[in-house]
Amino acid sequence: MATLSFKDFKSDQEVRWCPGCGDHAVLAALQRALPKVSQALNYEKERYVVVSGIGCSSRLPYYMDTYGFHGIHGRATAISTGIKVANPWLTVWQACGDGDALAIGGNHFIHAIRRNIDINIILFNNRIYGLTKGQYSPTSKFGAITKTSPYGTVEHPFNPGSLVLGAKGTFFARSLDVELKLNEEIMTAAALHDGTSVMEMLTNCVIFNDGAHREISDPEVRADRTIVLRAGEKMIFGKNRDRGLVYDGRKIRAVHIGEGGYSEEDILVHDPHSDNIGLHMALADMKGPDYPVALGVIRDVRDVTYDDGVRDQVKDVMLKSKIHCVDDLLHSGSTWEVE
Amino acid sequence: MEHKIIDVQDVVIRFAGDSGDGMQLTGSLFANMSAIYGNGLSTFPDYPAEIRAPQGTVSGVSGFQVHIGSEKVNTPGDYCDLLVAMNPAALMANAKWCKRNAMILVDEDSFDEAGLRKAGFKTDNPFAELGVDDRVLVVVPITTLTEESLKDSGMDIKAIHKCKNMFTLGMACFVYDRPLDYIFEYLESKFAKKHPEVIEPNKKVLKDGFNYAANLQVIADTYHIAPSHPKKGTYRNITGNQAVAWGLLAASEKSGLPLFCGSYPITPATGILEELAIHKSLGAKTLQAEDEIAGICTAIGASYAGNLAVTTTSGPGLSLKTEALGLAVMAELPLVVVDVQRAGPSTGIPTKTEQTDLNQALYGRNGECPIPVIAAHSPANCFDAAFTAAKIALEHMTPVMLLSEGFLGNGSEPWLIPSMKDYPVIKPPFAKSLGADGKFKPFERDPETLVPRWAIPGQKGFEHRVGGLEKNHDGVLSSDPANHALMVAEREAKVQKIADFIPELEVDGPASGKLLVVGWGGTFGHILSAVHEVREAGMTVSRAHFDYIYPVPRNTGKVLAGFEKILVCELNSGQFANYLRTLFPTADIVKCNKVQGQPFLVNEIVDAIKEEL
Repeated sequence: MATLSFKDFKSDQEVRWCPGCGDHAVLAALQRALPKVSQALNYEKERYVVVSGIGCSSRLPYYMDTYGFHGIHGRATAISTGIKVANPWLTVWQACGDGDALAIGGNHFIHAIRRNIDINIILFNNRIYGLTKGQYSPTSKFGAITKTSPYGTVEHPFNPGSLVLGAKGTFFARSLDVELKLNEEIMTAAALHDGTSVMEMLTNCVIFNDGAHREISDPEVRADRTIVLRAGEKMIFGKNRDRGLVYDGRKIRAVHIGEGGYSEEDILVHDPHSDNIGLHMALADMKGPDYPVALGVIRDVRDVTYDDGVRDQVKDVMLKSKIHCVDDLLHSGSTWEVE
Repeated sequence: MEHKIIDVQDVVIRFAGDSGDGMQLTGSLFANMSAIYGNGLSTFPDYPAEIRAPQGTVSGVSGFQVHIGSEKVNTPGDYCDLLVAMNPAALMANAKWCKRNAMILVDEDSFDEAGLRKAGFKTDNPFAELGVDDRVLVVVPITTLTEESLKDSGMDIKAIHKCKNMFTLGMACFVYDRPLDYIFEYLESKFAKKHPEVIEPNKKVLKDGFNYAANLQVIADTYHIAPSHPKKGTYRNITGNQAVAWGLLAASEKSGLPLFCGSYPITPATGILEELAIHKSLGAKTLQAEDEIAGICTAIGASYAGNLAVTTTSGPGLSLKTEALGLAVMAELPLVVVDVQRAGPSTGIPTKTEQTDLNQALYGRNGECPIPVIAAHSPANCFDAAFTAAKIALEHMTPVMLLSEGFLGNGSEPWLIPSMKDYPVIKPPFAKSLGADGKFKPFERDPETLVPRWAIPGQKGFEHRVGGLEKNHDGVLSSDPANHALMVAEREAKVQKIADFIPELEVDGPASGKLLVVGWGGTFGHILSAVHEVREAGMTVSRAHFDYIYPVPRNTGKVLAGFEKILVCELNSGQFANYLRTLFPTADIVKCNKVQGQPFLVNEIVDAIKEEL
């Protein structure tokens, strides 16, 4: 098999996102991750299908030189599910926004996770409806002022991580659009994960919600307000790498190493493969000012997948059944002869 | 005592009781037994939406009508020769369906003061109150007799009461000269593994019912319905929902594509999903989706991935699928959408039949969004209709709407089992070559059929994108006005072209004359019977039935032009009549409609025909 490069995944279509939109970087990360995935798993290009719903980020399939399906609003997850069940050999990637996946498509989203079907969902979260020009979304902060909330929203946002883990998701990662290298890493891990992988990409919308994640993404504060979790590594963060996460018997706490009696030895080691969903939920829920926002692969555990289950059941029944063709079926059960 | 056995052409029996009384089973057993005996047969289950509505009330009455005949019967019958009423409510709800000389068999034990009041009777003589006291009344303490029959069985009283229907069935078998062997065999095969202990008690109570009837003075005559002499071959009984499922499996086999069904449970369509779920041995994958929208969207995904994709639903579910139907049209993917119609609008009367979704099937989408529509006309015909729907979908690269009806889905009839070697191979237009620029053009069309080619993910070099946005032939997004106009016209023309591949409309009777009676879907049997009846009365009338609704058969205009008047009979307010008027404005179209959640009575159509002659 010829080695694939990012160019093989770039379509001839002009990318029409706004200059400065966070989606450009996520697309670039995907185009760089897939050659590596292909190498690692020995996948040909024709094996990829990229599915999307409706919204700015859902234009992504047109920019990928793979099989692609630009669906309808909210339904990408259902379309992906159908593709994967119909042909488990295909590797399905999905692009969807916060409105697409969590508002109109919320039902399909949680049920795909519940079934643990082997699809890779990139959730572009810019906390706004961009394509309809600036209305609040289910991830907009409480009080957000938008075109449909001129006096501020009076509803709480979803934290996608809590939603995914609440539905017993087997893979959840989070990152910032600008973290190109980390995003490649996350996407590769998602591809290797068997089951539903949700990658929340915190993206900026330069036009309707500029600075959507400013409080953690600005270069001056990023190191202090985020923590990149990596398997087997201590949960240390901060510009000076002097802060970390500890568990005090009741909950996670963010501490300064060397203060309050905490030494580096007390700092937790990240294990995304642990059964302890409670700890993963606590990590996914962390937010300022008391905590850094967790980035990286937060949870990555094995469980049975829906697509395998469907395929195996079909095989199993095929072996056991006496009905092997439609003629057999038509003559099964109670019949009678007319001479 | 001696009974006279009278030969009759056909009889209609209606079993009615509480929805927990087992009337559906009793009716099905009677029907299956008669089918095997060689009678013509048609059944009609008529049950409430509630699983266990308040006991003893009219709203909780469940009925099952069986029509058996020496020859083929076309409908479940309008009025019954025997009404079995397990309680006063069942009598209250069904007495109006009794023929003038009908026999009414009731369980005397349930006709106490409380039972009568619960059913809404005002006097102590329910028969007189309903004006049926002149019928043959067989008032039997069925509950007591069943208790007596099973007193040594060791069963508890609740289990014993569950056998009341078998006592009744035994009595019915005596009246209609049915041998009990078939039911014995059924009980043995059904319960051999899980509940062998119930086989003997059920057999006993069945025999006791039979013998009890034999000793009743009031049952003076018994009736024999001689077996018909249908075409040689192997027969089985089949319901419409089962036949749809099997027809789809047949199309899967003949196309070589695995079957995928994404559906959400909804009355009265659920039976199709349930049936397909059984047949994984034929490679069928069923996905019980989280909602109707996911049902169709998973199917669209499966279609894109190269499966024969299906979604099954009923009216309200079809409403929910509307947006996704447009997506399938735009992506030009094969998809079978089965709508087992029920009484609407909204939740309507979920368990009752209607043909009121025709407009929705034809027009219920945004934009110019053509979808072929075909209809099944009898329970067994659902097999061919489903096969044809899949064949059109796969060969013409389009979603296809298959209209069934609650009446067909739950109804059953004997079926001469076909052989799969007599069915055509289905040949989807798989993409084999790339454009001059080395790229696949997903919307470039076959010049003859206007059908685009199908490239399936996994096919090297054919990577392309589909979706809801308008595109040009190359599959590139385009909002160019001229391109949009072209694509709209081409999608429409592609569907119209299907008319070249479907059979012409057949006329039963003279090809021209005063009146053509027209129908579509499940009214087939009733219209056929009505037309026969009118002809027997010496009048001349022709008949045509539409299995293909959009596009209509090529010769439709010519056929209609041969008649002074066209009478369109349908279970809605005139949707197909209006559609025909739009297509053929010069035809003189009159309507015969019923929107009561019930099938036509043959008489209603006979009257309508006579009025026009």
